[in-house]
Amino acid sequence: MTAISQAHSVVAPSPLSQRIAGAIVIVYALITMVPLAWIFLTGFKSGPDSIAYPPKVLFTPSAEGYCNLFTTRSRQTPEYVAQMPPTSGVCDSLARATNMVVVGSSNYLPRFVNSLIIAFGSTALSVVLGVTAAYAFSRFRVPAKDDLLFFILSTRMMPPIAVAIPIYLMYRDVGLSDTRLGMILLYTAVNVSLAVWLLKGFIDEIPREYEEAALVDGYTRLQAFFKVVLPQATTGIVATAIFCLIFAWNEYAFAVLLTSGEAQTAPPFIPIIIGEGGQDWPAVAAGSTVFLLPILVFTVLLRKHLLRGITFGALRK
Amino acid sequence: MNAPDPHVLLDKAARGTPEPLARRVRGLSDRAIAWLFIAPTIVLLLAINIFPLIWTIWLSFTNYRANRPNAAVANVGIDNYVSVLTDPDVWAAMQATAHFLFWTIVLQTVLGFTLAYLIDRRFRGYGFWTTVILIPMMLSPAVVGNFWAFLYQPQIGLFNYIVSFFTGIPPSSFEMIGSVNLAPWAIIIVDTWMWTPYVMLICLAGLRSIPDYIYEAAEVDRASRWRQFWSITLPMALPFIMLAVLFRGIENFKMFDMVNLLTSGGPGSTTEVASITLKREAFEKWRTGYSSAFAIVLFVTVFGLANIYVKALNRVKNR
Amino acid sequence: MKKLIAAASAIAISAMLAFASAAQAQTKTITLCWAAWDPANALVELSKDFTTKTGIQMKFEFVPWPNFADRFLNELNSKGKLCDLMIGDSQWIGGAAENGQYVKLNEFFAKEGIKMSDFMPATVTGYSEWPKNTPNYYALPAMGDSVGWTYRKDWFNRPEIKNEFKAKYKRDLAPPKTWDEFKQVAEFFQNRTIDGKKVYGAYIFTERGSEGITMGVTNVLYPFGFKYQDPKKPYVMNGFVNSPDSVKGLEFYKALYKCCTSPGLTNAYMQEGLDAFKSGQVAMMMNWFAFFPGLYKDPNVGGDKIGFFINPSEKTKGVQLGGQGISVVASSPNRNEALQYIKWFATPDVQKKWWSLGGYSCLKSVLQDPGFVKSAPFAKEFLESMDMVQDFWADPSYAQLMLAMQKRIHDYVVADKGTAKEALDLLVTDWTKVFKEEGKMK
Repeated sequence: MTAISQAHSVVAPSPLSQRIAGAIVIVYALITMVPLAWIFLTGFKSGPDSIAYPPKVLFTPSAEGYCNLFTTRSRQTPEYVAQMPPTSGVCDSLARATNMVVVGSSNYLPRFVNSLIIAFGSTALSVVLGVTAAYAFSRFRVPAKDDLLFFILSTRMMPPIAVAIPIYLMYRDVGLSDTRLGMILLYTAVNVSLAVWLLKGFIDEIPREYEEAALVDGYTRLQAFFKVVLPQATTGIVATAIFCLIFAWNEYAFAVLLTSGEAQTAPPFIPIIIGEGGQDWPAVAAGSTVFLLPILVFTVLLRKHLLRGITFGALRK
Repeated sequence: MNAPDPHVLLDKAARGTPEPLARRVRGLSDRAIAWLFIAPTIVLLLAINIFPLIWTIWLSFTNYRANRPNAAVANVGIDNYVSVLTDPDVWAAMQATAHFLFWTIVLQTVLGFTLAYLIDRRFRGYGFWTTVILIPMMLSPAVVGNFWAFLYQPQIGLFNYIVSFFTGIPPSSFEMIGSVNLAPWAIIIVDTWMWTPYVMLICLAGLRSIPDYIYEAAEVDRASRWRQFWSITLPMALPFIMLAVLFRGIENFKMFDMVNLLTSGGPGSTTEVASITLKREAFEKWRTGYSSAFAIVLFVTVFGLANIYVKALNRVKNR
Repeated sequence: MKKLIAAASAIAISAMLAFASAAQAQTKTITLCWAAWDPANALVELSKDFTTKTGIQMKFEFVPWPNFADRFLNELNSKGKLCDLMIGDSQWIGGAAENGQYVKLNEFFAKEGIKMSDFMPATVTGYSEWPKNTPNYYALPAMGDSVGWTYRKDWFNRPEIKNEFKAKYKRDLAPPKTWDEFKQVAEFFQNRTIDGKKVYGAYIFTERGSEGITMGVTNVLYPFGFKYQDPKKPYVMNGFVNSPDSVKGLEFYKALYKCCTSPGLTNAYMQEGLDAFKSGQVAMMMNWFAFFPGLYKDPNVGGDKIGFFINPSEKTKGVQLGGQGISVVASSPNRNEALQYIKWFATPDVQKKWWSLGGYSCLKSVLQDPGFVKSAPFAKEFLESMDMVQDFWADPSYAQLMLAMQKRIHDYVVADKGTAKEALDLLVTDWTKVFKEEGKMK
């Protein structure tokens, strides 16, 4: 197994060139962060502040964005509001201030939960199917292996809208329309091709000698798979899981066409959060920020595996 | 990672597996395992990818409309394909897609590779900053498109003000998503912002895979840094760069979410990329037969192009 | 690896628990689907009365206008079970009737004594009938609406502004009655500085994705003389859609877009207009009457600061019909409860309360009540507008016709492609193709 090489020049880059490189990269990173920082800040602005012109960089923070994200409110007359029982929390008082009354929680949390179920469910399924199929392709002589592999890859080439046309009809007839199971199956089908491809690359890298030794010692093939191969493929599995998760978590086209009240995930929901006038930008920003967090945490914790994953997947075909 | 000692593992396995199951499992032949492992994947792909693909092909020869389930369905031969290939709107969409594809690939490759090269210098804190650069690609493209529409607003959006700050032109004198000239660039900028980190990662993997000794040999031959870059670094990283181009190309050919939420394909149809046209035909006009033909045309296009490209990629890898 | 599985299972389990704990209550609940806008909030309030009277709980699914048609036409076509009641757009009625997606209500109306003659005829034709002008009803008129205009009365009343206008145009500054007058007023206010901020003349619809720019341009086209077809020969469009009058009208809309609107509004529909008007950016705003109750109550631009006027005329008068009827979705499992809602909604008391909460009733007894005109500062304008409404095609192929017009108009007005005549000629070609496919034309 070729290890990722360490510094590849006998003479390491000069401190000066290192500093220049660092400066350029840091500048790029900061520029890239500006839109994200703006989204983050907008989540804490009040409604009028978010659409002020010129845009406000300094402002008094408000919980309006997050409150609006998680509640539904309705406008009442001032007299009605005056005779209501005393407020019960930050969001309540914010709403009353503009003659609105909190009437319940919004659909955001159910959508977020749907995203969790569908994304993690399909990722788990993709990884399980992927690692088993990849192992089989790697270790056994499968008839028409190369063709099968290319066929698996080519299933990723159709535009999602194109795939959605027959799936829409199929799901309608079978009753999988607007169900979590239907979405999990669909995302798994889309992801499994990438999973097989990536994981085969990783498993190819694991020397067969270890398994051979285990087999000689009386292990069965299955035992060898679970006890010898899987632990060594951890990096690949984690990297694959990250890619599958990012795709399923952020997917929009299938979600908007095939889901409705029951199984809708967050991406179709966030862009249609509107307030009384136009889009409720603080709430949209809050929703986007909250939605980014799980993926951010997941990826940052596992970033080393991500880099190795790209390497191996890329090196092999 | 050290392989576990087979003897220790055998002991553990023998003690851990319940007897009847162990005997049965031990009995599974290689062949059975191979099929057991591959079958679920193949079945799933057949059900959700292949069968629908065949159904799409069948639909493309009919005039079926999904919103008229009770209407009579007739076979129309290749009429749909002729319609698709002679429709000027379809060609306009393909042009918009090609423009988007070309520029995003060029920009992302140049930027991505440059970043990878600089990060490879291993300056202090490079790990942290690499992770920071990765963040945009973790966002949902739909949410990104929606939010950048806000950023691009001439009156209340940040983008025009920043450009104005650096160049002095008044913020409301130009509009990114409203003007026919700038809208295509608006979507290119957002896509580049999102996906340059992806290209960077792949190029970084490529740069890291170049072994030490080649550079050492070049040093011994007293080749200049410049020379080293052009004759060692770039050629050896080329397969990776080409791979990144392939992935980004396939993804951007299918682009829908971000552009739809950013411009709705506007102004007019200036940024109406192929997937947006397809969506309108299939799920707004409900011309299922026609849009199936369009979908097949798109698939054949990208499949054919990818095939050619992969052959070239293989040649580069094997030289 | 193990940690990963553990973490994933933990998340999955907690997610499923969260979901399970949100399980449905046992009482009957029906869901009403509509667009997310002010009147919808009013309906939520109004429906509490229904729940009190019948014990049936109401759930609501509201989707913003730009996504409304997409989402709910999809829902209807996929035979979804989400909506029991649908307040669908008036143009959906052809498709929904012919594809069996709405329940035909004639029998129910007869049984419950609900008479269509109690409702304004324009609304019955526009929101309930298919085919048009035949007594086949698929909806109860729920929300009367048309395009109207608001203007900054406080600006119009400022002495220095009044004088300047009079000096320039030799007439008093007043809400415009014709499109030529409108353009003058709009040009007058364009780029003027008022209270330290630059303001613009007018706000008009330009949205590309769903129906925005079409719903805007027809308000200029109808008064200029545009017709959808030969009044004597259905589906004959050449010479009517692209008549010289229509071309002039379309050119006028583009001229307005170029001369007298705020920058950046290239894809703007109802909500952006409200934003623009409420933040003091424009002098006159095009929007649906549905929003006027809310605007009148707005702390920044409401009350004395706001005025209303009907769509200007030119050669003739005309304005785009809005509004919706309420229908029972055929695939709903709760048909009886849904019908009960319609019965309750049709009663005169409820209709009166509907108007008072901000919904536009279509019941004659409400609209023709002597107190109606005084009941709101825009009531008179609403009645006048409903007298001159015209609607877009309501054919089953409505979506294709709309998308074609959206494309051609936006291409011309915003993307500067071709001339007005070319745009309208192409539109006739598009529509002819659609009608030929439908078998409505040879």
